[in-house]
Amino acid sequence: MIKKSALNALTAALLGGWVSAALAVQDMPGGPKVNQLNLSEPANSIARGQIWLHDMLLWVCLVIFVGVFAVMFYSMWAHRKSRGAKPADFHESTSVEIAWTVVPFLIVVGLGIAATGEVIAQKDTSNPDMTVKVTGYQWKWGYDYLKGEGEGIGFLSTLSTPREQIEDRRFPDAKAKREANPTYLMEVDNPLVVPVNKKIRLVITANDVIHSWYVPRLGVKQDAIPGFVRDSWFKADQPGVYRGACTELCGKDHAFMPIVVEVKSAEDYSKWVAEQQKLMLARADDPNKEWTLADLNARGERVYAANCVACHQATGKGLPPAFPALEGSKLVLGDLPENIALMLNGRAGTAMASFKQLSDVELAAVITYTRNAWGNKPEKNLIQPAEVKSARK
Amino acid sequence: MSAVIGQHDDHAHDHAHDHPTGWRRWVYATNHKDIGTLYLWFSFAMLIVGGLNALLLRTELFQPGLQVVNPEFFNQLTTMHGLIMVFGAIMPAFVGFANWQIPLMIGASDMAFARMNNFSFWLLPPAALLLVASYFVPGGATAAGWTIYAPLSVQMGPGMDLAIFALHILGASSIMGSINIVTTILNMRAPGMTLMKMPLFVWTWLITAYLLIAVMPVLAGAITMLLTDRHFGTSFFNAAGGGDPVMFQHIFWFFGHPEVYIMILPAFGIVSEIIPTFARKRLFGYSSMVYATASIAILSFIVWAHHMFTTGMPVTGQLFFMYATMLIAVPTGVKIFNWVATMWRGSMTFETPMLFAVGFIFVFTMGGLTGIILSVAPLDIALHDTYYVVAHFHYVLVAGSLYALFAGVYYWIPKWTGYMYDERLGKWHFWMSLISFNVTFFPMHFLGLAGMPRRYADYPMQFADFNAFITLGSYWFGLSQLIFLWVVIKCIRGQGQKASDNPWEAREGLEWTIPSPAPFHTFETPPVVK
Repeated sequence: MIKKSALNALTAALLGGWVSAALAVQDMPGGPKVNQLNLSEPANSIARGQIWLHDMLLWVCLVIFVGVFAVMFYSMWAHRKSRGAKPADFHESTSVEIAWTVVPFLIVVGLGIAATGEVIAQKDTSNPDMTVKVTGYQWKWGYDYLKGEGEGIGFLSTLSTPREQIEDRRFPDAKAKREANPTYLMEVDNPLVVPVNKKIRLVITANDVIHSWYVPRLGVKQDAIPGFVRDSWFKADQPGVYRGACTELCGKDHAFMPIVVEVKSAEDYSKWVAEQQKLMLARADDPNKEWTLADLNARGERVYAANCVACHQATGKGLPPAFPALEGSKLVLGDLPENIALMLNGRAGTAMASFKQLSDVELAAVITYTRNAWGNKPEKNLIQPAEVKSARK
Repeated sequence: MSAVIGQHDDHAHDHAHDHPTGWRRWVYATNHKDIGTLYLWFSFAMLIVGGLNALLLRTELFQPGLQVVNPEFFNQLTTMHGLIMVFGAIMPAFVGFANWQIPLMIGASDMAFARMNNFSFWLLPPAALLLVASYFVPGGATAAGWTIYAPLSVQMGPGMDLAIFALHILGASSIMGSINIVTTILNMRAPGMTLMKMPLFVWTWLITAYLLIAVMPVLAGAITMLLTDRHFGTSFFNAAGGGDPVMFQHIFWFFGHPEVYIMILPAFGIVSEIIPTFARKRLFGYSSMVYATASIAILSFIVWAHHMFTTGMPVTGQLFFMYATMLIAVPTGVKIFNWVATMWRGSMTFETPMLFAVGFIFVFTMGGLTGIILSVAPLDIALHDTYYVVAHFHYVLVAGSLYALFAGVYYWIPKWTGYMYDERLGKWHFWMSLISFNVTFFPMHFLGLAGMPRRYADYPMQFADFNAFITLGSYWFGLSQLIFLWVVIKCIRGQGQKASDNPWEAREGLEWTIPSPAPFHTFETPPVVK
């Protein structure tokens, strides 16, 4: 605490109140502390192992660093011409050279041995209590509970910090708002919820480009690679909230797809699973129901806001050329089967990914919405879920 | 071969030995010194362009939130900063040194292939133009990071294609330059200069040139596959078509890791020239320095996947690449110990070249030690793609390569221009650079440990203080480089003391046996080395 307040005083002195926003900010619950200096507080054995390795290595490196540079700086002080030093003429000494090759080699071997156990432990995904599939999307995460309690639950997890706190040019009071938000940029609508003290195996993949699933306090970082499945694991010792972020550059909103893991006690987790299952039943749509234009449009607007708006923008004008406009788009105004096929398959070589993970109703709704919004008025502007269903194989 | 050239007695009338003036001198340049000068000015211009990219992105990161640029453009800035600095600033600067110094240091009259030398330089400006112009095509420059990982790079707009073409051209230039350097070193040394009598700078460049010839075609392969994936329907890196995105990373880093040493080995060479001169004592272990350089070069081919620990390698793969990477500490340590042993009981003075060389050893070693920490797979998994890595590679690339380049310029500029640089300004440049560098990059270690990912346009409030601090440091560092420009211009304009032939009283080095400034043609009759 003394260290922290001293540091704050120092930064305040150096930077002045005009930039030192963090002075007004508290440590993030489950996330980084203000001006944190070392690895985050560990929440399991893997993260503890990382800290132990880091601190051990840091000490070894510091000792070597201080030793070598003590010699160098002493020499720079003692053996300078202005102090009347006369150059010696020694060079090449087989024994010295062997010594300074062998000793570092032995140190390195020691460090390698010390780290080996942690490498093996980190990769040991055997015998999990639960398996969750993690899918990276541009720019959100999807979680599907594959095995164990909660099997069948699935949802998307998106940044919940509103744009009103992020974009200073559009919102002049953004600064004040984000200063009042200690979890700025590290909060989501639907966190990954898991039980405490259970080994959770993650099978990780991506839908479009490479992402990376990183939660520091759980000691996990694993790339999510489109078309391939990799696995990792964690077990949390204590209930609580653990925050992380995407660490592989994945396009424009790379900084805006955080990860939140909520670890619950066994009972609370069971309660959460029951709630989710009820919600899923309630949300399930009948794909054969005939929908009205107004209902589909309203639903489509929500789907659009959750899935499409980052690229194609709320105005439908997109961010050409990477993200084309939907307003007046030939495809949106054109042939329906082609439009449905694009939504199901994406377009190779572009940022347009497949959205086949959405339900028939959601796809029908969002296609209907784009065919009615921004003055778009194609002949066919109402698409029933059954049409999407028949387009899927 | 030098003997053959030496037999021409009538070259006063030989067209090839004209001394053209005006623009023809530079466009038709075949003289190694002129081409070296072109390379050095080109790389300085790129340093400024790449630096402006960095300062703009640091401006966005001054505070949390988005104030100056939007995230798409931010990603373009980080990407172009990396590409321009690596391929436009650091690599050509070392080739500039090679052009100027290798013939002077081995007693050759010029580079082996004078016209190819001209071509390798003049390929650079069009490549740089393609890179900079890519900002202005629809969609802007590539924003996939300097590592241009597929499939993100497949998504990019036409700016990516321009970058691919630019990289192809730069690669061709590097390969030609390397062939030229290898041929010159192997065939045109003065009589009596055996390989084990070559100056260390020449040794490090010989090894670097081999590395370049080995890995530039690998990069060319990777980006060609990327190009065909983008436009011709292939699926090298697309799982849906039977390809593998991770394969791109393997190929890229098989190029990329030796590339890291391509940018540091000649720096080791420059420092190994400077330390003995200013310690007035010969290098402690010449042959172990040569062997250490060769070991680093060989090891550089078997460590590439330490950039990929988080892709999910099997445990044996992680262990192999971790152990192999840690081994690099051994030959690197040998170099550091050698420099310190050379300084020990010398008779040192600390003019600017020596300051930069000692600064290099001190700050580069910090980057080396964080490299050991990162080589440990479980820690790399914690720190990969965070600011810790950004700190690490700037410690070795800026405080390493760039400081050595500055040291080399201060060391040899009396020979190049015939005038001593302004010592007071040189020292200012050093101290300003050293302090502002650490202000900028040291706090990045803390940010990385605390979990701030790199290539982020915006960040949580808890990281705000360090980021503000870093941005101020980066402005300071950027502005400090103007002192350097001033010093160099003063030398070129002849404002300063006339330099003697051997202004540093160097104990050895053929370059100090010729007049200052070095005449247009040198060593037309090769010197004899005993």
